[in-house]
Amino acid sequence: MDVSPQNTGNKPFPGEVHPTAGGGILVTRLDEVINWARSNSLWPLVFGTSCCAIEMMSTAAAKYDWSRFGFEVARATPRQADVIIIAGTIVNKMAPVLKRLYDQMADPKYVIAMGACATSGGPFFYNTYSVVKGADHVIPVDVYVAGCPPRPEALLHALISLQEKIRSGGS
Amino acid sequence: MIEELGTTEQGDLVINLGPQHPSTHGVLHLVITLSGETIRKVEPHLGYIHRSIEKMCESLSYRQFIYVTSRMDYLSSHINNHGCALCVEKGLQIEIPERAKVIRVLMDELTRLASHQLWWGAMAMDVGALTPFFHAFRERESINDIMEETCGARLTMNYMVPGGVMADIHPNFQKKVKEFVRYFNTKIDEYDELVTDNIIFKSRMKGIGYLSPESAVSYGCTGPTARGSGVSCDIRKLYPYEVYGRVSFEEVIDGGGDCFARYNVRMQEMRQSVSIIEQLIDNIPEGEFQAKTKAVLKLPKGEFYSRVETARGEFGVYIISEGGTTPYRIKFRSPGFSNLSALDHMARGHKIGDLVAIMGTLDLVIPDIDR
Repeated sequence: MDVSPQNTGNKPFPGEVHPTAGGGILVTRLDEVINWARSNSLWPLVFGTSCCAIEMMSTAAAKYDWSRFGFEVARATPRQADVIIIAGTIVNKMAPVLKRLYDQMADPKYVIAMGACATSGGPFFYNTYSVVKGADHVIPVDVYVAGCPPRPEALLHALISLQEKIRSGGS
Repeated sequence: MIEELGTTEQGDLVINLGPQHPSTHGVLHLVITLSGETIRKVEPHLGYIHRSIEKMCESLSYRQFIYVTSRMDYLSSHINNHGCALCVEKGLQIEIPERAKVIRVLMDELTRLASHQLWWGAMAMDVGALTPFFHAFRERESINDIMEETCGARLTMNYMVPGGVMADIHPNFQKKVKEFVRYFNTKIDEYDELVTDNIIFKSRMKGIGYLSPESAVSYGCTGPTARGSGVSCDIRKLYPYEVYGRVSFEEVIDGGGDCFARYNVRMQEMRQSVSIIEQLIDNIPEGEFQAKTKAVLKLPKGEFYSRVETARGEFGVYIISEGGTTPYRIKFRSPGFSNLSALDHMARGHKIGDLVAIMGTLDLVIPDIDR
């Protein structure tokens, strides 16, 4: 899917919340400037539980290089991060930790569910007693990425989609 | 027993490291008792990525359960698949074609290289050098490209199946592997120049985290961790499987027992892997890549065990079969679990900064430990 601004335009994302009317021209314009600024300096949290974390590292490393899009400032503490990329399976023991990490992040905060496990439990959906069937049972998710594990290009696409979503005022 | 966080009666500080911490390489949780900055005790807590893989395998058929095993030790997924395929073949008593054997060994060694490259980058990052990470991933991507062409995946391959391999190698495989080997031979010297000979790196590594050969054996350490303590334990040499008995390579053993010895073992292993690949790449025999097997596999009643050498150590697969299409019970012996158990022994008396270096040289993969 092409996510360049010409193609997506101002089309709303699915589930987008439209801002209520009533703000003056000054306030709405200011919102746009703020959203633009936010979308271009997303700092991801270093959070990887399993295989997807390796692909996330690949995305950060030399060949795919996510700093081209402004994500290179990966933070180890949730208090400095804007976006949490759930890279890997979330199990019952990890779920409270994930919730706590999300709570510790400062607003505005965004969530990307990377890979099948974080989206729905994926390969661990059936026959297992310990896996949370999708990270959205624990925290709200903005963008889902398919794949097991997704290619680095897929993660880049998700990150760019998140930027689009923030710019459109939908998140 | 879980010690309470805070201060003990002796005035020691009990703190958490993880489960969310960049240097634990995943979601390992360590409860550390500190006296000042000196480590008194390290208690690993597991289960943050326990996905009940062994239980899952009981409801999957002998062809299906391979895919979950590549998600255990995802850095040596080929070798995990290999171990499981070997165990099923042992039960079925089938001999796989020569071509499949050579392809399997080639893939194993490429995986080992990719895994050690990632370890090298991540370990250097742990002790404070950020550049090696980018160098390591640059080379790792060329291996990923080779894998992708033949197996269709970059990380979790599911390429080795009972009876051989899933598909034949890509026509470009030999050309690309040779190109990679030529390229990597120059880069591995660069690795040594960049990190191994670095004086700061040496002082962070030498004399840190000593593990004697006796304790390595008694903790059940395998792989580069035990070989760094001078214990000979390479399954490829001791119990050769596939064509390992016929290729010439050395089991790398370093008697130092400290972090630098373990580091050195892995660096030398990369060179050995390259040499194995060089010997086999021009000698892939013609023929079938898969033996003829039945559509539904049924293992006879009994117990079967096979082991392989992953990038981290000995990986064992133990299948108990009741004669049906699914295993009655599967037990995986993962190298990371035993290696982690020696962490407390190695870290005691060192500073907390050294703990990160010690964990780095153990090369822990947490889903491999928790399963």
